[in-house]
Amino acid sequence: MKMTAAQALVKCLQDQGVDVVFGYPGGNIIPVYDALCTSSEIKHILVRHEQGAVHAADGYARVTGKVGVCIATSGPGATNLVTGIANAYMDSIPLVVITGQVPTTMVGTDAFQEVDITGITIPITKHNYLVRDANKIPLIVKRAFHIASTGRPGPVLIDLPKNVLQQEINFSNPTDLKLLGYKPTCKGHKSQIAAACDLIMKAKQPLIYAGGGIITANGSDVLCTLAEKISAPVACTLMGLGGFPGCHDLSLGMLGLHGTRYANNAVMECDVLIALGVRFDDRVAVDFSSFAPKAKIIHVDIDPAEIGKNVKVDIPIVGDVKQVMEAMLARLDEKNEDEWLAQTKAWKSQYPLKYEPSTGLKPQFIVETIREITDGEAVIVTDVGQHQMWAAQYYRSKKPRTFISSGGLGTMGYGLPAAVGAQVGAPDRDVILITGDGSFQMCMQEFGTAVEQGLPVKVVILNNGSLGMVRQLQEFYCDRRYMAVNFSKNPDFVKFAGVYDSLGLRVTEPGQFRGALEQALKGEGPVIIDCVIDPDENVYPMVLAGQPLSQPVDI
Amino acid sequence: MRHILAVLVENNPGVLTRVAGLFSRRGYNIDSLTVGRTENQNISRMTIVVEGDDLVLEQVTKQLHKLIDVIKINDITSEQYVDRELVLVKVGADAAVRGEIMQIVDIFRARIVDIGQRTLIIECTGDEGKINAVIESLKSFGIKELVRTGKIAMLRGQKFTSLNETREDD
Ligand SMILES: Cc1ncc(C[n+]2csc(CCOP(=O)(O)OP(=O)(O)O)c2C)c(N)n1
Ligand SMILES: [Mg+2]
Repeated sequence: MKMTAAQALVKCLQDQGVDVVFGYPGGNIIPVYDALCTSSEIKHILVRHEQGAVHAADGYARVTGKVGVCIATSGPGATNLVTGIANAYMDSIPLVVITGQVPTTMVGTDAFQEVDITGITIPITKHNYLVRDANKIPLIVKRAFHIASTGRPGPVLIDLPKNVLQQEINFSNPTDLKLLGYKPTCKGHKSQIAAACDLIMKAKQPLIYAGGGIITANGSDVLCTLAEKISAPVACTLMGLGGFPGCHDLSLGMLGLHGTRYANNAVMECDVLIALGVRFDDRVAVDFSSFAPKAKIIHVDIDPAEIGKNVKVDIPIVGDVKQVMEAMLARLDEKNEDEWLAQTKAWKSQYPLKYEPSTGLKPQFIVETIREITDGEAVIVTDVGQHQMWAAQYYRSKKPRTFISSGGLGTMGYGLPAAVGAQVGAPDRDVILITGDGSFQMCMQEFGTAVEQGLPVKVVILNNGSLGMVRQLQEFYCDRRYMAVNFSKNPDFVKFAGVYDSLGLRVTEPGQFRGALEQALKGEGPVIIDCVIDPDENVYPMVLAGQPLSQPVDI
Repeated sequence: MRHILAVLVENNPGVLTRVAGLFSRRGYNIDSLTVGRTENQNISRMTIVVEGDDLVLEQVTKQLHKLIDVIKINDITSEQYVDRELVLVKVGADAAVRGEIMQIVDIFRARIVDIGQRTLIIECTGDEGKINAVIESLKSFGIKELVRTGKIAMLRGQKFTSLNETREDD
């Protein structure tokens, strides 16, 4: 079948089951847009900035479990994607990123809008391609989707010179991907699994430390069965929230720097740590040398390079965490360590998450109210800062793919476009963005995208008029020398909603919030609720640098 | 400790950048890196000499494996292997000292590959120690120019770093 390479690209996307792409056009990518014009299967969502496109594709991928696709033109279009690509790379999110490039005859000449985007993105993509031969497009697209979505997922970029896109080719569907160097290990090693099970059966104080890998592997149900069978409490990472029901008896909430005291105590006291789909990140371990000091560690991950990277482990198992858990379940007997469970329960009641009771509007109260009204069933998207931590601590997500947050890169500005993508991927669910006044202003132009597309994203701004998280750091580490953390001029976010003919609401007292959220959730369109909170509020508990997890600052 | 890695990679544009970039990005120290095609034109082979303890080497190997273009990695350090470097040295060589230089060349089983009016170019292959020794011996004549490859290495006997081997592993 004869067609242009651009048409071949669109056909390949369709063959991969892509029904939506997020993008922004420009000169060198025009042939792709021309081909999209005649595709009835793929919906294109025009964003307001390419960063919005890549974050939206990322949010879409997290909610659906499918590969997110975004498109940008060469040069500035491509560089505007960089933050979002890095964000997806750090959080192992499957994306296929398509960029236009100057014609091959001009590559390397500093042509207008030329940038070496494959060179720039080597360290932040799982793989990337600069396509010089139009005939290879079907093969490369197929490879890109395969690489992005298998093993440890991640972004794959395809850079397409304009003349390549315009070339006519004879389309044929490749069957052999010929990826000699790429064979992810999915099945865990039998004897390692046996050793892990022996250790678990002997454990008196077992703890499960669960991360984003659980969600990627669609392993939440199996995790639940496993935890219940061996009666092990479960502490989740930020990326793992929702991977285990936050309201489950065995749930210890989030661990780490701003983790619950009971989760962190459990880490310090456990005798066997079952680490599932995690990478011992420094925000979790805080201090590698004192992490889980009494425990033998079992580490299951699909990426061998994560095993033993930060913390020495006793039983490494490379494999798909769901498959490994299933293999473990087949070998494990039921067990129950009453004393240990009583201990973790006691910690829970002794050191609950708490905040000063107040007549003022508290951010924690806002998140608790959102949780109550939505019964933990909403898709929560966050930005980065204090509001993110309050959302993580107090929302207690019930289900996988419903807590969406920038973990590894900590990208302010991620929230709104990710919420747009999440709502596209889950049109029938309540999508609520919990953001800060700083983060929101980094990508607030995407509110226009939400309005234009009729996406009813509800934006809750925890407005402290400042870069609260940095202010908190300066309070603790710089003797309250506050520098560059206060906005003396923020926009009126209610009016901002108004300029898009959308509903904006301001909440200044606790009594107003419930009504405002209920009103927002009833509406068909996007809504902004600007919540004016105390600028001095801090996130607690907080483990200071160099301190063990068990000794946080708390109120 | 110094390790010698034999690495098979897909012969794609950019593969050298990916590998070299990985080393600098993650702060690993490369002593030398050589690369060239193999008997299979789609596959190139790199010999990488890298400095680091076992933990570092484990990370280097695992991170290299994550590159899609990397097919196979063999740490041959503790095995029996042959390794070679090649050097070209241009030395000052007036008529008076040429005899002496030729003797040195003989001893090292090196070769003279160019004769100029006042210079000779000497080619020598061998392991690192031999190359160092020949350079040392030629120093007194005045080294005008020197170019040296990195190390290439191959396992002895019935052990291989080859694609077929990779297939057998599967
Ligand atoms: C793009 C980017 N720039 C800077 C930072 C550093 N940073 C982390 S949290 C934070 C403050 C966030 O402010 P806001 O969104 O208002 O949230 P708050 O902490 O006030 O709840 C900053 C500046 C970041 N994470 N991302
Ligand atoms: Mg703020």
